[in-house]
Amino acid sequence: MSADPALAEPAWLRRLLIALVVVAMGLLVALPLAVVIVESLAQGWQAYVAAIAEAETLAAIRLTLLVAAITVPLNAVFGIAAAWALTRYEFRGKRLLLALIDLPFAISPVVAGLVFVLLFGAQGWFGPWLAERDLQVIFALPGIVLATVFITFPFVARELIPLMAAQGRDEEEAAASLGAGGWTLFWRVTVPNIRWALLYGVLLCNARAMGEFGAVSVVSGHIRGLTNTLPLQVEILHNEFSFAAAFAVASLLTVLALLTLVLKAWLEARHGDALARSGRH
Amino acid sequence: MTRRWRNGIAIFAVAWALAACSGGPAPQVLLNASYDPTREFYREFDAAFAAHWRAQSGQEVLVQSSHGGSGKQARAVIDGLRADVVTLALSGDIDAIAANARSLPPDWQSRLPNNSSPYTSTIVFLVRKGNPKGIQDWGDLAKPGVGVVTPNPKTSGGARWNYLAAWAWGERQFAGDRAQILDYVGKLYRNAPILDTGARGSTTTFAQRRIGDVLVAWENEAFLVRNGPGGDAFELVTPSISVRAEPPVALVDRNVDAKGTRAVAQAYLEYLYSPVGQKLAAKHYYRPSKPELADPADLARFGQAELVDIAHFGGWAKAQAEHFAEGGLFDQIFQPAP
Repeated sequence: MSADPALAEPAWLRRLLIALVVVAMGLLVALPLAVVIVESLAQGWQAYVAAIAEAETLAAIRLTLLVAAITVPLNAVFGIAAAWALTRYEFRGKRLLLALIDLPFAISPVVAGLVFVLLFGAQGWFGPWLAERDLQVIFALPGIVLATVFITFPFVARELIPLMAAQGRDEEEAAASLGAGGWTLFWRVTVPNIRWALLYGVLLCNARAMGEFGAVSVVSGHIRGLTNTLPLQVEILHNEFSFAAAFAVASLLTVLALLTLVLKAWLEARHGDALARSGRH
Repeated sequence: MTRRWRNGIAIFAVAWALAACSGGPAPQVLLNASYDPTREFYREFDAAFAAHWRAQSGQEVLVQSSHGGSGKQARAVIDGLRADVVTLALSGDIDAIAANARSLPPDWQSRLPNNSSPYTSTIVFLVRKGNPKGIQDWGDLAKPGVGVVTPNPKTSGGARWNYLAAWAWGERQFAGDRAQILDYVGKLYRNAPILDTGARGSTTTFAQRRIGDVLVAWENEAFLVRNGPGGDAFELVTPSISVRAEPPVALVDRNVDAKGTRAVAQAYLEYLYSPVGQKLAAKHYYRPSKPELADPADLARFGQAELVDIAHFGGWAKAQAEHFAEGGLFDQIFQPAP
């Protein structure tokens, strides 16, 4: 019950709002989730296991993990560096840089993919240079990683910037005045202060890196067992009438999303204070 | 705490480096860029070819494949997808690779027999079990109350063949009277509730979402649905007249020369014309270009229809300009329902 009666809505309105939210969540979130699970098991457990154990699906799982394993550490480092630069230093063009960090959120993933094709494709800016050196970027692992790094770039930086801005430089300056060197300062003061927000950003970055479809679809080339990530494999299976298999692979991605959600909830329950300071939940 | 973090990162980096570097000596690798519905056929053919090549040359060969819309695949090869061979739906798509990337000569289509088409296909109808609307031929598709499912000719190669097949029936039916043909094709498309962007999309609309009374589809696609799970809910109807679509295959010269795979790629394409290739094509519901090499039982499944090819319409360039270009005949007859 609200303590201030002036702010208390009538009971019927409260119930109506709650009912609306529950129905909307049920229709928009719970129902699709149930469909994925039910459809993936439509032909039984054996078909489910067989669909996952298929060579091309296993290759897609390996590729997805590899892409995430390269992308996430890169973006964690980039994110820390960007947040450090933007909260610790004053320089011209800082606001522009802040805006640019959000660009991958604003731009359509398909456009992001096309940009890399136009840069590194055979007819693109660097195409002839790459061809002379027999380097393959587009339709191979480097292109997929590039597109994923681009798309997931803001996640870590966006978590850290508000937190580091709020924390200010006091603790670091104190440590420095006590004679701490650069690395000591970073590992002993900065990292402990930002670690939960960093982990949170890494989680979101990882979820998107594994789930990204649009940009990766453009640069993948769809070579079976080689350049198909899990989301692309779902589309291919669906297009080939292997609906149960498509949903089985989709359920893997769903399980991944649920795991992220559980971790996120755990983080918020346990370290809510540290995260609250980063300005978003 | 900090040491644990650093150790964790170090272990992670080592594990990743190991994962990235694994893998032994590689066999000869071929990449086949193909269009959507060929997956099942090429999966079996690739295995047969690998065995054949091993027996003939002692070399191991691994055939990788990439599938997508025919036009999209052509675009990927132009942008640098290193396909050794392309096996696409329309010759126009391979012409586009020759014109834009110059990675194969303009006369590529004369390098292999039968216009470089080892197999052909045609357009048939898939109807619901018992054929409740009594659909037997193209004329039935324009009758009031019949729901027709076909993709959009603006975006789909298969859809253009659907349109041209209907046009060919109209030509014969109305003895070439243009006004009557236009009226007929217009009625047919006004019976189409949804124009999907690709052939697979239309099949899903008809078979999974259960929309419409008749699906105008590739013959191999129709067989795939009817013989797949839940396929007894459908029946296949072959119309009196249809098209002979020739999906062509070609070697991508620049890529095979860069990779040193010309010999094996050439053998791969020629093997499509061999008894094994022709048998497998027929097994997967493509009409083999040398039917005498295929299994008669497989051939018996195909319905009899009078088939006209693209030359009947003056070639792709002319058909494209006349029917499908902006402001062409299709734009004139098809006004989406308000």
